[in-house]
Amino acid sequence: MMSENLNGHVTDYGTILKQESIAQGIYSMWLETKAAKDAGAGQFVSLYSSNGATLLPRPISICEINDEKTALRLVYRVVGKGTREFSEMNAGEKIKLIGPLGNGYTLKNKTAILAAGGIGIPPVVELAKQLKQADKGKINIVAGYRNSDMFLVEELRRYGNVFIATEDGSVGTKGNVLDAIRENHIEAEVIYACGPLPMLRAVKQYAGNNEMEAQLSLEERMACGIGACLGCVCKTTKKDSHTNVNNTRICTDGPVFDANEVEI
Amino acid sequence: MNTKINIAGVELKNPVMTASGTFGSGMEYSEFVDLNKLGAVVTKGVANVPWEGNPTPRIAETHGGMLNAIGLQNPGIDVFVNRDIPFLKEYDTKIIVNVCGHTKEEYLEVVERLSGEPVDMLEINISCPNVKQGGIGFGQNADSVFDITDAVKRVAVQPVIMKLSPNVTDITEMAKAAEAAGADAVSLINTLTGMKIDIERQTFALANKTGGLSGPVIKPVAVRMVNQVANAVAIPIIGMGGIANYEDAIEFILAGATAVSVGTANFYHPYTTLEIIDGIEKYMAAHGCEDINELIGKVNRV
Repeated sequence: MMSENLNGHVTDYGTILKQESIAQGIYSMWLETKAAKDAGAGQFVSLYSSNGATLLPRPISICEINDEKTALRLVYRVVGKGTREFSEMNAGEKIKLIGPLGNGYTLKNKTAILAAGGIGIPPVVELAKQLKQADKGKINIVAGYRNSDMFLVEELRRYGNVFIATEDGSVGTKGNVLDAIRENHIEAEVIYACGPLPMLRAVKQYAGNNEMEAQLSLEERMACGIGACLGCVCKTTKKDSHTNVNNTRICTDGPVFDANEVEI
Repeated sequence: MNTKINIAGVELKNPVMTASGTFGSGMEYSEFVDLNKLGAVVTKGVANVPWEGNPTPRIAETHGGMLNAIGLQNPGIDVFVNRDIPFLKEYDTKIIVNVCGHTKEEYLEVVERLSGEPVDMLEINISCPNVKQGGIGFGQNADSVFDITDAVKRVAVQPVIMKLSPNVTDITEMAKAAEAAGADAVSLINTLTGMKIDIERQTFALANKTGGLSGPVIKPVAVRMVNQVANAVAIPIIGMGGIANYEDAIEFILAGATAVSVGTANFYHPYTTLEIIDGIEKYMAAHGCEDINELIGKVNRV
């Protein structure tokens, strides 16, 4: 039973159009799916394994949506059984999914820094594309990698002014994305961020110190992906209207939050 | 063909319900599942006041199953009564409210509060392995099972289902204690306490260290326990533990369950409950079965 429901969530068998490795352990997959129709920057889809012993859907952020809104590009890191299975699939094969899930970025008419680290870089591509298409203001993109084995840099350069940080210093600023922002004296009114938790904490602090708005994309282990299981919660500064405690659901109320709303 | 079953005078249109904690109060899944088709919706556990639950990570996948340590996060009875019950009342299904507490008094406060509400049955959670006080603490000793069941029955207006833990030496002793104290039904099994180590981070996969194991991997344990309990008590059994398709549901019914609950499968296939309802009817037709009640505990009669 596969269908489209009232909230626009689609359960579907997407067809792989193209799959390639774009860096060590990083794969890019274009997937033809009805879930692309209403997808936005910062949202995600959950992919299901076909192995009956690998039960839970894998939440993967949307890297790009094609212009026709018929296909999604997913760029993901192989971290376990599920993602390994996906990486071994080829064009023409089908993959079960649900999406688009969650709330993505809110595009603001402000000069922007898009701060992304590691496997947090993919969703920033679609965000940069949409910000540029809507002519929302100057776009500075700061991407952090471990080393020179980089990915998606070409795509990012199409949409904004790109700064690179690498942990080993082999390209751009030696250090993390915050080091690159400081070194290049990048100024903006809003920071859109996606990346590892320590990076998001640093972005939150930096935005707070500089009186900037920040939108952070969080991640957590999920089971259902649709808000029922309460597995993927994040602490909130105020009582959440749905849960009635200081916890919010990353899958449905996020994954993108205003930095002031969450305790990370 | 009759798929109706009866538990303590409450008639369900079919034996398929949702396992507490896997279906919220039905809102999220109502996008996928026509709740009118379900025998009953069993809600996420609710306490007298809001509970924040455990730190994250709360979820870890294991082979053929998963561990959870949500810790009974819930919005508290006030929000539940004002929001969730009116939502469910819009549907033609039975409402079973799962009740949790740290102390006997907390359970009783919720049970009393629900006495005037339009809910069909109460399920008392004495088997959650993820909270430090209450939960499983009431369910691992026959005397305390008797005590809490007796106390709940004294104040409950609706029929009472006691939800039992598999983390005991002999689950039939717990079922018999619940029955002796007046329980109208028992539901089993809750999750099995488990643990996973993250070998990359070299620490526990769950912030709570331990969690409840669920999913297809636990099904044979659950079927065995349902069968043991079916041979030990006369009250109806709601069977659960890894049910993912109609074949699984039929297995539990043949083992002795009057009804079945679908839990973890909702997470990876939101349509599971509906497919099981259809599958049961097809199975009955294929096996010349006119009344589902003929199948309940059939293996115990041959």
